[in-house]
Amino acid sequence: MTTERNEPMLVEQDVHTDELLINMGPQHPSTHGVLRLVLRTDGEVVSEVVPHIGYLHRSAEKIGENVSARQWVPYTDRLDYLAAMNMNLGWAMTVEKLLGLELPERAKAVRVIMAELGRISSHLVAAGTYGLDLGSFTPFLYAFREREKILDLFEAACGARLTCSYIVPGGVTADLPPGWLEQCEAFLDQFMPTVDDLHAVLTNNAIFIRRTAAVGVLSAETAIDYGCTGPVLRGSGVDWDLRRDGEPRYRELYAGYRFDVIAPVDGRYPNAQNYPPVPREAVVGDSWHRYYVRMIEVIQSMSLVRQAIERYRRTDGPPGTPIKVAERLPKGEAYLETEAPKGQMGFMVIGDGTKVPWRVRARSSCFSNLSVAPVLCRGGLVADVPAVIGSLDLVLGEIDR
Amino acid sequence: MAEFLADYLSPPWVAELAAAGVHCALLLALVLTAAAAFTWAERKVSGRIQDRLGPTRVGGRFGWLQSPADGLKLLAKEDLMPKDADAMLFRLAPYLSFCASFAVFVALPLGDNWVSLRMSTGVFFFLAVAGLEVFGVILGGYASSSKWSLFGAMREAAQVVSYEVPLAMCVVVPVMVAGTMDLVAIGEHQSGWFGNWLIFHDPFTLLTFFVYLTCAVASVNRAPFDLAEAESELVAGFLTEYSGFRWSIFFMAEYASMLAVSILASILFFGGDNGPIPVAGWLGLTHRTGPLAGYLGNLLGMVNILTKGTLGVIFMMWLRWTLPRLRIDQVLTTCLKYCIPLAAAMFVGAMLWTFVERGGFSGDWSIFRSESDLREEASAENMDLSPSVAHERGGLSP
Amino acid sequence: MDAKSILDEIGRDHATWIVGSDLAAIDPWIEVAPDGLPEVCRVLRDWPALRMNMLHCVTGVDYFEPDEKKAAKVDWQPRVELIYHLSSLVHKHRIVLKVRLPRWKGGVEGALPEVPSVAGIWSTAAWHEREVFDLMGVRFTGHPDPRRILCPEDWQGHPLRKDYQPPSEYHGIRVK
Repeated sequence: MTTERNEPMLVEQDVHTDELLINMGPQHPSTHGVLRLVLRTDGEVVSEVVPHIGYLHRSAEKIGENVSARQWVPYTDRLDYLAAMNMNLGWAMTVEKLLGLELPERAKAVRVIMAELGRISSHLVAAGTYGLDLGSFTPFLYAFREREKILDLFEAACGARLTCSYIVPGGVTADLPPGWLEQCEAFLDQFMPTVDDLHAVLTNNAIFIRRTAAVGVLSAETAIDYGCTGPVLRGSGVDWDLRRDGEPRYRELYAGYRFDVIAPVDGRYPNAQNYPPVPREAVVGDSWHRYYVRMIEVIQSMSLVRQAIERYRRTDGPPGTPIKVAERLPKGEAYLETEAPKGQMGFMVIGDGTKVPWRVRARSSCFSNLSVAPVLCRGGLVADVPAVIGSLDLVLGEIDR
Repeated sequence: MAEFLADYLSPPWVAELAAAGVHCALLLALVLTAAAAFTWAERKVSGRIQDRLGPTRVGGRFGWLQSPADGLKLLAKEDLMPKDADAMLFRLAPYLSFCASFAVFVALPLGDNWVSLRMSTGVFFFLAVAGLEVFGVILGGYASSSKWSLFGAMREAAQVVSYEVPLAMCVVVPVMVAGTMDLVAIGEHQSGWFGNWLIFHDPFTLLTFFVYLTCAVASVNRAPFDLAEAESELVAGFLTEYSGFRWSIFFMAEYASMLAVSILASILFFGGDNGPIPVAGWLGLTHRTGPLAGYLGNLLGMVNILTKGTLGVIFMMWLRWTLPRLRIDQVLTTCLKYCIPLAAAMFVGAMLWTFVERGGFSGDWSIFRSESDLREEASAENMDLSPSVAHERGGLSP
Repeated sequence: MDAKSILDEIGRDHATWIVGSDLAAIDPWIEVAPDGLPEVCRVLRDWPALRMNMLHCVTGVDYFEPDEKKAAKVDWQPRVELIYHLSSLVHKHRIVLKVRLPRWKGGVEGALPEVPSVAGIWSTAAWHEREVFDLMGVRFTGHPDPRRILCPEDWQGHPLRKDYQPPSEYHGIRVK
């Protein structure tokens, strides 16, 4: 594979050709929103990629300095709008960290259910649109069909499908409605075949493997250096997941759950025999592994949701009490990162004794993940740019904030 | 038809022109209907593959009015042209593309001798004219003055130029087995049961078909070889700047070429107008029985050939909605590393098979002799030359 | 390793750069003098016992109260504070670095305060520092690509400053 990719470059050195500056985006089908990439190409070979962001900048942090902590929850929905639940969770836990709140078990179980469903839906979009980036339309619709069912579950729980604002500091806005758990279990029961379908049309498809294996190889050192997190970091073989390695406050949420950190340690995934085989061509850290980590995490999250449902059934009482809209924040600073589907989403809140935070900060995982894209795309072909960008699974709402 | 019209029209060139016009109109009707039907079919097929229904309401049931509705929408769209575009080439490109993919139908027989122009070199004509379609695409990409379009045009040029080679080699194999380049004669060669179809002739033709399939899909720019369009990379490649009617012309050209290569495949490998079972022969629907029976037989033949062609097109749709797109270097690697060597090997294999089948050096090779050879031979026989000499000469002549 | 041991570890050789700390805070932090930032960061990243190989976030906070009545009551000095969140994937510990800067360099309104860039130590700092420059108005000396990142190139002012006034119009587009 690598030799094939290098061949055109060898030819180009003999023949003098002009470089072409080409503008990819902000309206381009495979930049997942309003990302703009300026490519410097020599024929099909890309020698430089410069990302330009900010087209979706909505001053979320500035708004956070003008509304109370509870009022900012809807703005977190709009950061990573494909995983609003996880964004809510990150902000809620950060504010709780500042307030020193402890939550009842029931609230924790609901949060795990919602966070993991959010992870499944986000990874489904990632896998589906990744197929789209590579020219395969059908997996996209398979993935979205299943995602719709998750959104239905969200709707049943909180009334909103995309911008949930369900998890708020202090707990969740409402307890799960009657029958919801059964509905959720029914979804999980019928979901596994779709994952197998996606494995058939993407994961193990020969063309898909040829397009993604050994493309955009990100070494573990570079990934850490650029602050890459989440599936991007784990795809490079770094065994790191905040659900296991995070701060105690976040780790406690997942205490007692059985799950693996999905990362190819020494080229092997945990419980690899249960998942589709890794093709020979794939190199740890390439686009294929980043995609694969997400697909396996979907299966992992299904098991986590089931465990959380069990736990929820063992508890009673209300799932926490949400803080008041005008809750005063104590003086102090709190920063907390959570394992959102796309990486480690960090929130920071600085209280000054009033109800409005002095400063709000959202540390976006996609922001750091995108910053490594120029390194990954350099020397590849034009067709590799969507393959690499897609494998980073970016959401511009989160990058531009 | 020209002879028939000559009785009523004079001078003869008027009759020729009138005949050409009638043929043209008939073929245009076929191609446009097919394009419309395939637009609808593409939606339906993709819908079913993607676990949804596709159009259901336009025109009542099955959304059968979807294509006219689409056409109307495209006509009503604003016809945009970039300011810096080369106006003449930009306008010319879609028509050039469509003309090329339309003109190949002149050589394609749709029934026993139902062909606009029967040519002894029909296969050759097909390849030569079908290859012209690429000019429209390259011109369109170049004239759009958009970098994405230029990328698309460059890719198209690289791809088509490389895939023409294995495509031609694959086409030569059935030609060699049948011993003629006349598409009508190749069809006749396979009459009878489906065992006579050239795909079942020997293992080499069977494999050749699959190489042909790959190259045909590549040469009409369908997924997974749709690099010139490559929506997720090049936005829409050479089509980026086209809209409305001109875009729809490119679109029709694509469907016309898809049908054309599928019909060619059905003629070369799947018995052309002959059904899998010789029903027409049993029912006596041939020209020998009478003109009406012959007409009905031809109609049946046309149904056969169009069914096979449509199946081919649907197969391409199936591919498109299932597979991801290849990368340009992989497309060229597929061609140079796999298709060309395979096609060459199949060519040699089929040649040896035919050679042995026909009895080696002592076999009957008359079909490989040109008319002038035969005439010469006949005169030689009249001159009482020994038949063995003539035979030997004929046998070595290819 | 807890925050105290981390502080001790840096303090052994680089105590001059450490100007303050609060180990009892929710997130314990160490304050570093601006000029010593690269050196302290290098120590944090490279010393085997520390190995802070990941920089999570660079945040700028503007401590300034535009309302004069309220400004009289606050108990802090006006300043811009940079907050660096670091952690080690090897040892699984974390620390927060703080750098305090004057709001304006030399007290001249409009002159951006300066701090050495750490982009050479963690590549991810390059984009985070661009963002802080863009929104908070801090100049990072030695930065490889000191451009705005979220706002347009020709935007005036730094929106996250507490005294920021948005322009009434931007290229003919009404902003306010």
